[in-house]
Amino acid sequence: MGITCTCRDRILCVHLNGELDHHGAKSIIQEMDRQIGAELPKRLTIDMGKVSFMDSSGIAVLLRARRRMEELEGGLVIQNVPEQADRVFTAAGLHRLLRFE
Amino acid sequence: MRPENSATVEFVSRSVNEGFARTAAACFAAQLDPTLDEINDIKTAVSEAVTNCIVHAYPKELGKIRMKLHRYPNDLLEIIIQDWGVGIADVEQARTPLFTTGTEERAGMGFTIMESFMDSVRVRSTLGKGTTVKLRRHISRRISGARG
Repeated sequence: MGITCTCRDRILCVHLNGELDHHGAKSIIQEMDRQIGAELPKRLTIDMGKVSFMDSSGIAVLLRARRRMEELEGGLVIQNVPEQADRVFTAAGLHRLLRFE
Repeated sequence: MRPENSATVEFVSRSVNEGFARTAAACFAAQLDPTLDEINDIKTAVSEAVTNCIVHAYPKELGKIRMKLHRYPNDLLEIIIQDWGVGIADVEQARTPLFTTGTEERAGMGFTIMESFMDSVRVRSTLGKGTTVKLRRHISRRISGARG
């Protein structure tokens, strides 16, 4: 599981890659939190295009991001969700809570 | 009903074994010629069940997790995931969406995902003795012809 972040004009882009499970989620949440704290973005984009597998741990990551961005009164967009991850989001009803592009 | 084929794997409750368990289950399921969606559903459900063992059954120390895989006639796959951990006080509550006793990297959606992706999910648990989760899924037959 990997995470890379880029930030420009207070728009933070988080790119996730690999298998997002409980084993990987903790370090992803820590790094994402650290980046949000450092950049105080007005908008956060999470790019899931290279996530090869995701279970409900991915939901926890996105809900954490949502809470942090609500605190900052910023926007959150989830991009390039692979089909397998989308099935998990659909089963969990996450489309009602988050904005997907 | 006797299984046509069976396999058992045992591993300790280290989180790195979540990936091992779902991949092992997918390898066993491959003999039923599943679609990619079916394989992904099986991997996701197994990942949830094994993560529950790692996070909840053995919160303080490492313990043993056993995964039994059975292939039954009529393309039925059964996966039994057993632990000897703390057990679940209230199984109905544990199955409720968003309920979790875990930390922030859990969303409380494990059983909801298992129920969505499997045909049936049975949970038996005894406090102090452990928990057994039985997952069943029929694999659709795509092409005529025998399966090995």
